[in-house]
Amino acid sequence: MTYTVRRATQASKLAAAAGALLLVAFATLPWWSSSRDFMQLVVEFVCILTIAQMWNLLAGYGGLISIGQQAFIGIGGYTLVVLVNNLGVEPFLAVLLGGAFTAVLALPTALVVFRLRGAYFAIGTWVVAEVYRLFVANLAFLGGGSGQSLIGLAAIPVDLRQIATYETAIALAVVAIFGVFLLLRSPLGFALTAIRDSEVAAESQGIDVWRTRLAIYVIASGVTGLAGSLYFLSALRISPDAAFGMNWIPLLFFTVVIGGIGTVEGPILGTLLYFVLRQTFSGFGTWYLIALGALSIAIMLFAPTGLWGLVQRTTKLRLFPIQSIVNLNSVNPSGEL
Amino acid sequence: MNWVDTIVQGILLGGLFALFAMGLAVIYGVMRLINIAHGDFVVLGAYLMLSIALTAHLSPFAAAAIVVVLFAVLGYVLQRTILDRALGGDLLAPLVVTYGLSVIIENGLQQAYSADSHSLQIGALETASVHFGPIAVGIMPLLVFGVALAVAVGLELLFNATPLGMAFRATSDDRATARLMGVRDFQLYGYAAAISLGVTALASFFMGVKYTFTPTLGPSFLLYAFEAIVIGGMGSFWGTFTGAVILGVAQTIGFAIDPGWGILTGHLVFLAVLVVRPQGLFPKVVA
Repeated sequence: MTYTVRRATQASKLAAAAGALLLVAFATLPWWSSSRDFMQLVVEFVCILTIAQMWNLLAGYGGLISIGQQAFIGIGGYTLVVLVNNLGVEPFLAVLLGGAFTAVLALPTALVVFRLRGAYFAIGTWVVAEVYRLFVANLAFLGGGSGQSLIGLAAIPVDLRQIATYETAIALAVVAIFGVFLLLRSPLGFALTAIRDSEVAAESQGIDVWRTRLAIYVIASGVTGLAGSLYFLSALRISPDAAFGMNWIPLLFFTVVIGGIGTVEGPILGTLLYFVLRQTFSGFGTWYLIALGALSIAIMLFAPTGLWGLVQRTTKLRLFPIQSIVNLNSVNPSGEL
Repeated sequence: MNWVDTIVQGILLGGLFALFAMGLAVIYGVMRLINIAHGDFVVLGAYLMLSIALTAHLSPFAAAAIVVVLFAVLGYVLQRTILDRALGGDLLAPLVVTYGLSVIIENGLQQAYSADSHSLQIGALETASVHFGPIAVGIMPLLVFGVALAVAVGLELLFNATPLGMAFRATSDDRATARLMGVRDFQLYGYAAAISLGVTALASFFMGVKYTFTPTLGPSFLLYAFEAIVIGGMGSFWGTFTGAVILGVAQTIGFAIDPGWGILTGHLVFLAVLVVRPQGLFPKVVA
């Protein structure tokens, strides 16, 4: 019997073409659109999408449900501010260094929080984020509790800064979507997916669960730090509450859970929905947040695979071909294999 | 800084933390559920006491008693309607559901009471104190400590010396087998949630008297409760109580050194315990 293995589906080929077109359209946007507000919104969108996608890697694939990723958003943001304001580093290099430094700090952090498991891990990471927040708030040279502005950018013309920030965001979006896709198709990704499906079975196949988780924790936290750096490069102002605060947590829960956890498409869909809801209803303030809370409870209880899960169940659509599909081509007439 | 005084105040603060922690520990002990909204329930209880005392012209003590009963009923209903649906699968569902509750409670309180701070006023008792030699100890902190101690004794007895406690422990070990032995697990989980929220309402009262509270305080109370449980070593209410006292002393000492370092010192002691002794200081089960 012969067989072929294919990964691409009709939908994924179409999605790749559409993705390439979208990428070209967005990357050239500053030259055919003058709406700087929209560019700012895209930057924010990409940062949140990236942070959500990284959280999805941890929670949806690594089985590491963290309530403390805001620790790394904050570290990335503050690293940027210190590098630019105090050390005079070129801002876009500082964004990269912000991500790198965050990954470095994620390693010792992991060694502490990995001592907790399951739900305890979740709250333990939250404590760690609070430790970073309180620590930064106590350091006078970082601006203390009230934070500081990114003054080191004054030398760069506003227009150039906005376009450069925007293009950096487009590059980050490629990392957050295509990079995650490639990662999931790599050996590390297979190990992660195996752990997601069954930790015991993965271990029995020779996967070092602890090391795999450590690797994904450091990678996801580093990229989260990168997004944090870029976010505050765009926001131009940082404070411990904005950087390390709890406002980030519902964002992750809502975008990833509502969109569909454990898929590449889910967080994209979730972040899109979050932005649509926010731009439409955020004027309702607390009621808007109450509705988001209720929506996430309802999705978790009645459609735990999220919106993308619902789409997949009805259409079998897969835009990112992570799975391998085996086609049996022929079986000889005698029925022997 | 007077060391003895600081440590005594810290131990008494630990009494309040123990009340925060025991409600969380009951639910976790029986259902393996971490209630992220736990701290928000503490805050919600205090607001309810405030409203009941004001509208019905009752003393805060009477209002507290009403809310304890109300919360026990709320706990049972919440478990049977929402929380139970989140149990049994992976970890994510209970975390997301209770986090959703947390967001709903916090923003609901913002909507109803604004972000202004409030407190429960109980008159002269708030500031009354007794002197032990050079150290003045407030009556209220002593009362909190006494109540927390009584709750710890009560819960230990309930779990270890009553048929209900035996059923709790059996279900915690193995829900399916306990059910086969005739334990009505759904109802039992409801009782555990009722006890948890009842204890939480006690914590609400003493928190409301001690602090001026705002709708956003919940998460920090959750973290204190969680830290107390982990420091103590999971599995016994004595451990949780001791963990709470250690956390209280750590925070008070940190605060005496520099007001900005109080809460941070508590967190750091928690992390230190985690690194040095991840099973907690007084684990019941030795692995």
